Amino acid sequence: MTAPASAPNSPTTTDKDPYLRVNDLRVQFPTEDGVVKAVDGVSFSVERGKTLGIVGESGSGKSVTSLTIMGLHNTKRARISGEILVGGRNVVGMTEEQTRRLRGRDMAMIFQDPLSALHPYYKVGAQIAEAYKVHHPNASKAEAKKRAVDMLGRVGIPQPARRADSYPHEFSGGMRQRAMIAMALVNDPDLLIADEPTTALDVTVQAQILDLLEDLQREFNSAIIMITHDLGVVAQVADEVLVMYGGRAVEFGTVEQVMRRPQHPYTWGLLASVPSLHGDSDADLVPIKGNPPSLINLPTGCAFHPRCRYAGRNGDRSFTEVPELHQVLERGHLVACHLSEADRTKFYAEDIAPSAGVAQ
Amino acid sequence: MVRFITRRVLVGVATIIAISIIVFGLFFAVPSSPAKVMCGKNCDPASIAAVETRLGLREPIVEQYTSFMKGVFVGRTYAPGTAFERQCDAPCLGYSFRNDEPVTAILKRTVPVTISIVVGAAILWLLIGVSLGMISALRRGTLFDKIAIGISLTGASMQVFFFGLILLYGLVYATGWLDFPSYTPFTENPLKWAQGLILPWVTLGFLNSAIYARLSRAQMLETLSEDYVRTARAKGLPLGRVYTKHALRAAITPIVTIAGLDIGASLGGTFITETIFGLRGLGKETVEAVNFLNLPIVVATVLLAAVFIVVANLIVDLLYAVIDPRVRLS
Amino acid sequence: MTETLVQEPGTEPVKPSRPSGEPLLVVDELTKHFPVRSGMFGKTGLVRAVDGVSFSVQPGETLGLVGESGCGKTTTGRMLVRLLEPTSGKITFEGKDISHAKGAGLRQLRQDMQIIFQDPYASLNPRHTVGRIVAMPLQVNGINPPGGVKKRVQELLELVGLNPEHYNRYPHEFSGGQRQRIGVARALALKPKIIVADEPVSALDVSIQAQVINLLRGLQRDLDLAFVFIAHDLAVVRHFCQRIGVMYLGKLVEIGDRNSIYERPAHPYTRALLSAVPDVTKMGASGRIRLEGDVPTPLNPPSGCRFRTRCWKAQEICATQEPPLTIKPNGTTAACHFPEEGAIK
Ligand SMILES: Nc1ncnc2c1ncn2[C@@H]1O[C@H](COP(=O)(O)OP(=O)(O)OP(=O)(O)O)[C@@H](O)[C@H]1O
Ligand SMILES: Nc1ncnc2c1ncn2[C@@H]1O[C@H](COP(=O)(O)OP(=O)(O)O)[C@@H](O)[C@H]1O
Ligand code: SF4
Ligand code: SF4
Ligand SMILES: [Mg+2]
Ligand SMILES: [Mg+2]
Repeated sequence: MTAPASAPNSPTTTDKDPYLRVNDLRVQFPTEDGVVKAVDGVSFSVERGKTLGIVGESGSGKSVTSLTIMGLHNTKRARISGEILVGGRNVVGMTEEQTRRLRGRDMAMIFQDPLSALHPYYKVGAQIAEAYKVHHPNASKAEAKKRAVDMLGRVGIPQPARRADSYPHEFSGGMRQRAMIAMALVNDPDLLIADEPTTALDVTVQAQILDLLEDLQREFNSAIIMITHDLGVVAQVADEVLVMYGGRAVEFGTVEQVMRRPQHPYTWGLLASVPSLHGDSDADLVPIKGNPPSLINLPTGCAFHPRCRYAGRNGDRSFTEVPELHQVLERGHLVACHLSEADRTKFYAEDIAPSAGVAQ
Repeated sequence: MVRFITRRVLVGVATIIAISIIVFGLFFAVPSSPAKVMCGKNCDPASIAAVETRLGLREPIVEQYTSFMKGVFVGRTYAPGTAFERQCDAPCLGYSFRNDEPVTAILKRTVPVTISIVVGAAILWLLIGVSLGMISALRRGTLFDKIAIGISLTGASMQVFFFGLILLYGLVYATGWLDFPSYTPFTENPLKWAQGLILPWVTLGFLNSAIYARLSRAQMLETLSEDYVRTARAKGLPLGRVYTKHALRAAITPIVTIAGLDIGASLGGTFITETIFGLRGLGKETVEAVNFLNLPIVVATVLLAAVFIVVANLIVDLLYAVIDPRVRLS
Repeated sequence: MTETLVQEPGTEPVKPSRPSGEPLLVVDELTKHFPVRSGMFGKTGLVRAVDGVSFSVQPGETLGLVGESGCGKTTTGRMLVRLLEPTSGKITFEGKDISHAKGAGLRQLRQDMQIIFQDPYASLNPRHTVGRIVAMPLQVNGINPPGGVKKRVQELLELVGLNPEHYNRYPHEFSGGQRQRIGVARALALKPKIIVADEPVSALDVSIQAQVINLLRGLQRDLDLAFVFIAHDLAVVRHFCQRIGVMYLGKLVEIGDRNSIYERPAHPYTRALLSAVPDVTKMGASGRIRLEGDVPTPLNPPSGCRFRTRCWKAQEICATQEPPLTIKPNGTTAACHFPEEGAIK
């Protein structure tokens, strides 16, 4: 995939310069069994105040992408190429000290399991204050503490001054994730990466956390990357959606485009697999056959071909040629699939549109 | 917290009492009479009886046990109303069957030896073992790591007597670089104290370093892969702070526990080390007493070892609560 | 329970799943309290994990149990298959009281009732071949099926969509979805009448999850199996269960047929739960009921109605009087003093 073909240059985003721009990112891990191509030529961009949802099944490279942006991979163990521009600075190739200065201040991250992500031995307030202090070396202890309490209040922890002195295990799951968010936002980062932030939480708490992130985004005007495997969450919070499969981007577009007029067979498969609260509950779900591929030994051509109903509808290109992201139907809607425009429209109308999962 | 400590102390006391009963019972199950052993080869029944009276061995076992316990706490009088009457002040642990020396005096002489050996060795093995383990975890896969693993594997598979004898041979007999180990009380001459104990320290310290290095390396590696270490890095903390403040503190916790228990157990006697280096510590004293059926010493040393272990357990539990807030009362 | 299943006209033939006869399984005031000590120095307390839950399951019926983490779903399921001893209450299976079944009675029960676990990795012995795992229930119960054990196991593997040639492979050679199929095959080995499935698809990716749901649905239809299907995902439950029970903090707060529960639930909690689900067909978060706070601890549940600390309709009576489970105008059985009416917007 060539980077310039993708979203960053699409006309919809010219007036505002995206805060994060990822160009042709590749991340590989040499292991005993072979080279794991965890991310294989992915490009996208996110503006301030906007949310990019990244969806895909487990092992599709979502977490590796986010950790790479944060510069958290061991550069001795991971082979990274491409470009990651955070506010114009390329993170790829930076020294540990240079990325460290960006981490927590310009870009911050929240993780899936807030209990294991917080240190069990330190008070919640102290952990947040530490995140503030490291980027504000001149701030006094009391200032940092006050800032931590402020943030805990902002994310909706009742009696923040008292709860700042609690340990993580004394918080409920939802409160822990709020504390994580407070810690991530304590330095007003311009970019927030949330890797499955609600997967470990109950639905009612998940709803609270998603609402909170939305409120805070309005307040701080940060760019958010929301990584999840839950299409419902993406439909709810994202402005733009990137669908990943086998370490590659297979579809990109606005949430309307991807969720209401999906154009890639894998996205179709995902949507048809998800049980919904609406529609015909007696109809069988339409699963994608087979299993996600191994990233050590990716299928040739389109990595999705062994599971795709439509493979072979266009000669044998699906088996031999890796499809590039290209624009379909509308401006900014990119799909990596060899199906012709006519075929895609036909299959979509006949097989997909009538089924339950697709947004109405 | 107070309730917890009280409960643990009570459990500890009960444990020690149970151990004392078992030890007492076991030695009375042994058929040969200690009085006979003491009194020598050609001994007539009358002198055996006299010895038995003097040592209070004619009373029923239950009474002997209660008098013993009474002696520990308030002192006791042996063979009251007879010619052998003698007063033994608290804490009275009785008299050696062999030479009538008060057991407390024997303990006063031997316990400092063992404590000196163990404390010195523990400082060595904690400093060297733990830092070696931590550094090799941080430099996993490097040459340093591989050498450290190699050394600790060798150390962990060696026996105390083997390594001790090698040192003894190499450093004392063959080269004469060091004097044969001896014990000088610390209060008398600290320098001589250290000089005399250097070999047992190195022996015990090196072998345990190997074990602790492996343990700390494994702990540190596990901790480094924890999510909260990743969080610390994601905050933008410098690596040094991540390692010391976030990883080390968590990795060290289980090591503190194990070290506490190890030290507690060693204080009960390091028989092999003491024997190799000819030091009269608690371990050597105990084994000799067992051979001679020297009941008062055996009971005292076994009880003392039990006290060390129980106290070590208590301290470890308290330390754990101090280090890890999750076990504290919420 | 007396609600009736609303049978949509023109759908499949009426299954033998409705009241006509005796219920297969009746649970009456089932309770499980765990004594716990909080922390190392703490005082002892009582976790009221399940507190007086009653429901029944007809032969061939699928009952779903939903609720947030810690509400007692797993504990209920484990009591049903007698992996846990109930503190009090009664479980009746085919008319027999099995609440405290032991020995031979329990062994017979293990044939009729099977459980499938959530974690497809932890629930299979990694050192046994697939054949041995699936054959285990047959061997333990000394059953020699016609044609031999191996043939039966291969039939079972085929039934759950695995290749019978996988007989000699080990669990680690299979993906999560395939392992869950092995668990299903094992559960089917004894031809049970009811299967308790505790979050059978929660650990799986969406595309694989759909495969397993379809498999279970097919088996349920073909073998006329009854299911108690435990899950926290309301959309999954909707696709699998004819009747749904909603649990909150150890209590069953509402139970009813699928359409009533999903379209016009009476209990405020059910409404909140449904509206919190981010649904693929719904964009944005508009019109959502926002619940404040967290689920209280089962060590010290609120008085009266347990949901009152988060309920927007709570009145004084909710704190003093526990609402009984009664039939509400919408057709479900719910425990609320001020039930909701009408369809969800
Ligand atoms: N052995 C036990 N000892 C003490 N408490 C227990 C025990 N088992 C379960 N509990 C408690 O009982 C309550 C119900 O637990 P249960 O596992 O049934 O919940 P669940 O509804 O299955 O939740 P999840 O959705 O997380 O699986 C919880 O508060 C749990 O902590
Ligand atoms: N440090 C690593 N070494 C080797 N392989 C890795 C490493 N980190 C991740 N991977 C592999 O990269 C792939 C993508 O992982 P990940 O991004 O975590 O997936 P997800 O989309 O579920 O977040 C997986 O196959 C994973 O096993
Ligand atoms: S390129 Fe071929 S195999 Fe890949 S998604 Fe398109 S049709 Fe399917
Ligand atoms: S009984 Fe009261 S508190 Fe409970 S759900 Fe009904 S209205 Fe809410
Ligand atoms: Mg991930
Ligand atoms: Mg459960």
